[in-house]
Amino acid sequence: MYTSMHNDSRFGTTPLKDAPLRKDGMEKVRGTARYVADITYPGMLHAVTARTRLPGGTIASITFDDHVPWSEYVVVTARDIPGINAVKMIETDQPVLVETHYRHAGEPVVLIAHPDPQALADALAAVHIDERPYAKPPVFAIEEALRADTRRIAADNVYRDYLMEKGSVMDAEKESCQVFEAEYHTGAQEHLYIEPQGMMARMEGGILTVEGSLQCPYYVHAALMYATGLPEERVRVLQCATGGAFGGKEEYPSHIACHAALVTMKAGGRPVALIYGRGEDMAVTPKRHPSRSRVRLGASRDGRLRFIDIDFVIDGGAYLTLSPVVLSRGVIHAAGPYRCDNVRVRARAVATNHPPFGAFRGFGAPQSIFALEAALDELARMLEMEPDVLRRRNVLAPGDISPAGQRIEGPLDMQRVIGQALEACDYHAKVEAYRQWNAQKGAIRKGIGLATFYHGAGFTGNGELALRSRAGLRVGADGLVEILTSTTEMGQGMQTTLSGIVAEALRIPYEGVAVARPDTRDVPNSGPTVASRTCMVVGAILARAADDLIARLRADAALPSVYGYGEFRDACARLHAAGGVTTIIADYRHPAGNEWDESVFQGSPYASFAWACYVAEVEVDAVTGETRIVDFTAVQEVGRVVHATVAAGQIEGGVVQGIGYALFEDVRFGADGQMANNRITNYIIPTSADIPPIRVLFLESRHGAGPGGAAGIGELPMDGPAPAIINAINAALGTEIRHVPAMPEHILAAMDRRSA
Amino acid sequence: MTIPCRFIVNGSAVSGSFPPMRRLLDVLRGECGLTATKEGCGEGECGSCAVLLDDTLVNSCLVPIADVNGREVTTLEGLPKDDPLFAAFAATGGTQCGICTPGMIMAARALLNDCLRPDLSQTREALSGNLCRCTGYGGIYAAIRTASGQGE
Repeated sequence: MYTSMHNDSRFGTTPLKDAPLRKDGMEKVRGTARYVADITYPGMLHAVTARTRLPGGTIASITFDDHVPWSEYVVVTARDIPGINAVKMIETDQPVLVETHYRHAGEPVVLIAHPDPQALADALAAVHIDERPYAKPPVFAIEEALRADTRRIAADNVYRDYLMEKGSVMDAEKESCQVFEAEYHTGAQEHLYIEPQGMMARMEGGILTVEGSLQCPYYVHAALMYATGLPEERVRVLQCATGGAFGGKEEYPSHIACHAALVTMKAGGRPVALIYGRGEDMAVTPKRHPSRSRVRLGASRDGRLRFIDIDFVIDGGAYLTLSPVVLSRGVIHAAGPYRCDNVRVRARAVATNHPPFGAFRGFGAPQSIFALEAALDELARMLEMEPDVLRRRNVLAPGDISPAGQRIEGPLDMQRVIGQALEACDYHAKVEAYRQWNAQKGAIRKGIGLATFYHGAGFTGNGELALRSRAGLRVGADGLVEILTSTTEMGQGMQTTLSGIVAEALRIPYEGVAVARPDTRDVPNSGPTVASRTCMVVGAILARAADDLIARLRADAALPSVYGYGEFRDACARLHAAGGVTTIIADYRHPAGNEWDESVFQGSPYASFAWACYVAEVEVDAVTGETRIVDFTAVQEVGRVVHATVAAGQIEGGVVQGIGYALFEDVRFGADGQMANNRITNYIIPTSADIPPIRVLFLESRHGAGPGGAAGIGELPMDGPAPAIINAINAALGTEIRHVPAMPEHILAAMDRRSA
Repeated sequence: MTIPCRFIVNGSAVSGSFPPMRRLLDVLRGECGLTATKEGCGEGECGSCAVLLDDTLVNSCLVPIADVNGREVTTLEGLPKDDPLFAAFAATGGTQCGICTPGMIMAARALLNDCLRPDLSQTREALSGNLCRCTGYGGIYAAIRTASGQGE
């Protein structure tokens, strides 16, 4: 185990392992990395989007004012779509451009392009979309969507209705047990990647070429084929340096790519840049799904969980997008890493007239984990038991069966994870000290709170089987090994992590490995860059490709059985000279015994989990309701840390996003259902002045399905901060805050409720 | 309407006629071809477009070019190639997606120009106008400690 304490005020306590320099580090610190907005082509056009303003309705007509010299412009509407007017995703319910019917404000209707970006604002104002509202008022709240008499957006306004059931909650309730019941809410969250979304499209030798800021090149590729009708070989997608994503560039880049493609196709192949401004990006792109959870917990007097009964609903917004898979991850994580024989989680994704919600780091799990972990603290209070004791009594151990029916395999030890977390922050002493402090009833109240949780790595259930990902290696005559994968670098350190895995598998220096640019003409489809799957899933495929490469070099190029780097490079040169095959592609292999039955939500939903215990310490001003996090401890069992700096960066960054989710990040919707505070001025994310020292500790039991026993870690740190912080606030104040974000006004209101 | 402007960018003289309200950010990225300076929000909140204007850290999206007349601008490209901040940011986890990095390094440079060995609270305050959504800031603090000879 080792610790990262970059953030600690005690300077010089950062015993990070000797980690090689990140692959993309130099180009980023020198400012030479090329993001989509940095690209220019001679004669390029700039495009903008005219959108609907009403939260659903029909378009009666589109008119264009005469004073604009329209012949200078390229104008695209739904009629210009050569393929199918739908954005290809799980379903195809969402139009590329609205023709008549639409479901939310901010849907794209007309695209306008001009060589001079200054000429766009006036033209945009000269486009008039005559919109007619639907008879029934729009639906924005989950409970409204579920009522029978409100506007129907999708069938019954329910996109998916899942049930995960084990044992019998009804039978368990007949036994004597203490029952706690409450309702929890989580708000939407904006990704706020610092680089707004954008795409550049052009026709090059008859090939539609789209490059931009994106996570999933082959999602974009599939969407382009569908909307343009072009065959596979005439569509090429490349990733540019991508300035943050966090899930926010999983689905929406397909929209922007299709739009840019339509303009270039109408403009005879001229390059077209479609780059969003910050306000447009925040108003129209997906955010984290808001949620409502009704949690019922039954426990024996000594704190053993007898049943977990949860009704979990997420707001999917106006189109289906990725809501089914966000929901399934939310369901599976809803009952937490706990031993309980009777579990029922009913989960629904509902349709509203908000712009669709989508992928965001954690993908449904932060919402359901928040509800459970906050409820567990309230149950502990009811049982007059310490929250850590309640968790220790119930947390899964090797040999136990998880709520989804998965047998937990050793050697991981969650008791040790909890123990390390409590010890690192001196938990017990602080609980006592804060109780005494708060008894003074001063203006500042102090609290400490924890959350225990796990996060599954890779696509849920049979998702990885369906993806059938491929990745490969290409070796040059000089011995340079290039990784061929559609997995993208978006800051998470994928180039560095995968290069380390390949170098280790090939037993060559890290410097001898590079990552080819994600380009659908050059790299195989390794699946999307999502779901904490890169290290574990793609890393494992690449490790096997490395084994195949060694076998090839031995068979065809006389690589000795024991070799140094010089001999490796010599063998590569011989392979080239002999005209041998120098590219190796390997396929995904599903771990044996990992079966999943989606119809009943039972089986092994993930090949591995990362396990964690997070502890937050807060000071709350009882007069103003302001919360300051004074210390944060994040202990996780991740199987194996492949690259120390990258892994610590993932955890620290995720924790800070989680702090924002808990306290600051309040998406406010206007009457039209779009984000109203769609500026960085009024949507507040944590700055360097807002964050506490963050203690990051890793345990490495090598339990994961990835190379060397690694599990995925990218999403894990998003799950724990919100419940740990809310539990700390409730401990400090004796309140029952049950939603995030907990803004000062909510905290003051909760204090008033407590007094009443 | 345009006005004549002359100013220095990274040691080289620039002159031309510009609309007076044209943003320094656009001139740097456009006319000067210096794309290390990034646009994250266009309203002075994120700091991705931070540059030094006569040694003062400014958000170039908020600076009309008319205000730059007769002054000196330093962008990331204009820092000495051996500025220790470069190696430090690359090594300590100070950069992830990289979009905030040029502005962050300019803010760090402005801090170190004023204060050779900043402590953590000085560092936090100096960076509070630069948003990073990836790192949680810890790697950035480590980079500044390293570059100012205080260890990681």
